[in-house]
Amino acid sequence: MGIEGIGARVVRKEDRRFITGKGRYTDDIVLKDTTYAAFVRSPHAHARILSIDTTAAKAAPGVIDVLTGADLAGDRIGGLICGWMIHSKDGSPMKAGAHPAIAHEIVRHVGDQVAVVIAETKAQARDAAELVEIDYEVLTAVVDPAKAQDADAPQIHPEAAGNLIYDWHIGDAAATDAALAAAARTIKLDIVNNRLVPNPIEPRVAIGSYDEAEEHFTLYNTSQNPHVARLVLSAFVGIAPEHKLRVVAPDVGGGFGSKIFIYPEETVCLWASKKIGGRPVKWTSDRTEAFLTDCHGRDHVTRAEMAFDADNRITGFKVHTIANLGAYMSTFSSSVPTYLYATLLSGQYAIPAIYAEVEAVYTNTVPVDAYRGAGRPEATYLIERMMETAARELGVDPADLRRKNFVKSFPHQTPVIMCYDAGDYEATLDKALAAIDYAGLPARKAASLAKGKRRGLGFSCYIEACGIAPSQAVGSLGAGVGLWESAEVRVNPVGTIEVLTGSHSHGQGHETTFAQLVNDRLGIGVNNVQIVHGDTDKVQFGMGTYGSRSGAVGMSAIVKALDKVEAKAKKIAAHLMEASEADIVIEGGEVKVAGTDKTMAFAHVALAAYTGHNLPAGMEPGLKESAFYDPTNFTFPSGTYICEVEVDPDTGVVEIERFVAVDDFGNVINPMIVEGQVHGGLAQGIGQALLEGVTYDMESGQLLTGSFMDYTMPRADDLPSFEVSTTVTVCPGNPLGMKGCGEAGAIGSPPAVINAITDAIGVRDIAMPATPSKVWAALHGAA
Amino acid sequence: MTAVTLNVNGKRYSADVEDRTLLVQFIRETAGLTGTHVGCDTSQCGACVVLLDDVAVKSCTMLAAQANGGSVTTIEGLARGDQLHPVQAAFREHHGLQCGFCTPGMIMSAVDMIRRHPEGLDEATIRHELEGNICRCTGYHNIVKAIQSAADEMSALPAAAE
Repeated sequence: MGIEGIGARVVRKEDRRFITGKGRYTDDIVLKDTTYAAFVRSPHAHARILSIDTTAAKAAPGVIDVLTGADLAGDRIGGLICGWMIHSKDGSPMKAGAHPAIAHEIVRHVGDQVAVVIAETKAQARDAAELVEIDYEVLTAVVDPAKAQDADAPQIHPEAAGNLIYDWHIGDAAATDAALAAAARTIKLDIVNNRLVPNPIEPRVAIGSYDEAEEHFTLYNTSQNPHVARLVLSAFVGIAPEHKLRVVAPDVGGGFGSKIFIYPEETVCLWASKKIGGRPVKWTSDRTEAFLTDCHGRDHVTRAEMAFDADNRITGFKVHTIANLGAYMSTFSSSVPTYLYATLLSGQYAIPAIYAEVEAVYTNTVPVDAYRGAGRPEATYLIERMMETAARELGVDPADLRRKNFVKSFPHQTPVIMCYDAGDYEATLDKALAAIDYAGLPARKAASLAKGKRRGLGFSCYIEACGIAPSQAVGSLGAGVGLWESAEVRVNPVGTIEVLTGSHSHGQGHETTFAQLVNDRLGIGVNNVQIVHGDTDKVQFGMGTYGSRSGAVGMSAIVKALDKVEAKAKKIAAHLMEASEADIVIEGGEVKVAGTDKTMAFAHVALAAYTGHNLPAGMEPGLKESAFYDPTNFTFPSGTYICEVEVDPDTGVVEIERFVAVDDFGNVINPMIVEGQVHGGLAQGIGQALLEGVTYDMESGQLLTGSFMDYTMPRADDLPSFEVSTTVTVCPGNPLGMKGCGEAGAIGSPPAVINAITDAIGVRDIAMPATPSKVWAALHGAA
Repeated sequence: MTAVTLNVNGKRYSADVEDRTLLVQFIRETAGLTGTHVGCDTSQCGACVVLLDDVAVKSCTMLAAQANGGSVTTIEGLARGDQLHPVQAAFREHHGLQCGFCTPGMIMSAVDMIRRHPEGLDEATIRHELEGNICRCTGYHNIVKAIQSAADEMSALPAAAE
């Protein structure tokens, strides 16, 4: 692998600018003559806009313009879209309501944008926003997804009767019912997966700039996938055709899914820039706005039943889930509780019959879309809570019950679309059991009890699907886009390389890992490789970064482009060294003739390609190749997480004593970065289990957890040091054998924590987040 | 309007600013130093931490006028030319950052933490002291390691700890 090749712990190339304050985030960009936007947002969860008076705001100091939904509609600017079509059981398409970039006539959640003020300074824009007078007729709101379809619930969109967006299903209902009827034991579980706010520390920013001379727009934004933003803003919103719209996502301060989506403020800043004559319009979200407008995650209400035979083998699994999609359908929201959730309901287990029904509903809440894991954490939480509950009620060891039911041969076709390609679930379980010293648990429990504490241990054997996915497959399931990735490898005449990728790095370290891949192939050193991403003027097209796909899909595209570069370089070298092309090898920055002492620097070959003085007959000059890679299957990372907690019965405080994570990510490019991804995912999953949860006032629809004062983000002293390690089964589906590591921690950890707490305090279930007050109440029978 | 003069990283900046101008706005907009970040409006996240007269402050929670006449060190002022401060170097070495957005505040808090604990730092103290800094990427694991490593190194080499 070499010190900078695949598998090496290479310190990150991008770090130097971040640790010296030289990172360039969107809010750091100030274009000449920039104006500032402040949004007037709805204080009501559901209301009719009776009138908007902008007179005072327009007269305020520094104000350039005040624009409303009527202005937007008058300019025929299109609304935002949901890009994944789901069909209900009856074959009817999902019922998507309109999503204007500024609300028109009706507001549907607290924070819905109603008007925008453009002013010379940010402070002037905010001051003037206070002067916009709006009369509302307040309407009844519904925020609980389980009540959205009640007869007395308000109708949120005329298109979706009873607030039902779709009523979708997957699997074999008859076979599953038969399995439940014939079961020796069935286990029932009602599970709520709590609503979360992604909260990357960098708030969203949009700068729209219109060049009147060129009739060309530029958007700088905090995006995980600038090309998809450009596509949607061109093809659906109608800002400008793609060749007249450039989208740049520079350094982005974390995303976790929330920066995949195309948001209203981006449309408004672009449109407003043209409207005011071409001066740039900049909007920077504050944290409160982020809580009110960044898409939230999770929010499922589920009832499930699992069937076991007399030998404790799972024979069937039946699931009914209500998924809250909020007030509008966000970009990929429809896919999350369907194809990213129910297709993983087999877990790591051989289950002959599965049937899942999912009802997606509108509520008067912030839109819900993908958040780190997106559907797979919900599936894992359900399955792994079910397995732990079943083990307790069947009176068997939870590790043994899992082991008995593991999928043990591959490929394995589940009843819910997915075909698992490779894995060794016993290997991760065994490694985790050894790491935690499972045999020593009874003694540790006794020791805790002796000091008045309660100790518990919880498992989670997760599987997820990453890399999404073959374009043809996702197209057949309703995706509006293909899910390939692109790459271009440009060799410069001096032998250095630029890699242009459609993947987008916002913390994942692509500038290092992608350079490691190039170095592994050519041996020119990572510092001679520049990774270029995040600018639609530089990278032709790409699908961006989410779903743990940048390794398995993005790097595979680079492999394909490198294959072409190497092939051409070998032809040139063979010509120059008068050798057979088949004998040429590239290593250590040298191009050599195998079995001889003939060699030349890779840079020499590159220069020859560009001088064109002496190339093989008929060869084009230059050394630059591009490739599109479309995956052949999903990838299936898996692992075993074990959490051990100690609960103080006097206070209900849960201390995580140890957290062991053993993951199978296939081949790993940079273990340091992979471990970092797991650490961060674990923190988010533990946050979900112990600390984080969105609370709305059920009557008014007000967001009660609307700041870091009210919504508990995990802090350093809420978390332990993690014990992470890996096992390897190589992924057969891509050239590097990688599976993806970005989401696993957040997917696998919540059930491990809750299983540990319920073990410690001897209750069947406890709702996330398991705060000290809930734990105390559960312990003292006051729940 | 208020006249504010600040020494930022050894350079003098004077400007008439609105009374409500926050220190972080002065640093980012008047001094043009964008390494100091704003991640929340409630003084929780710590992305804006700078040193004011060598003491860590949240620059989003202080008016520029309150800091008038003071000496500010931001993340841009920590390295000596190409020579990284030991805390910066440790964050890089231990992969204590991912997206980099909270990093300037984390590093400035860590510098302050190490200064206040000449006796050395253990993991529990570091975790407790980081209460005012939120990171969403790293799970803090490697941040804690980085601070521990920097603290150990700086106590072993007192000259570097100035």
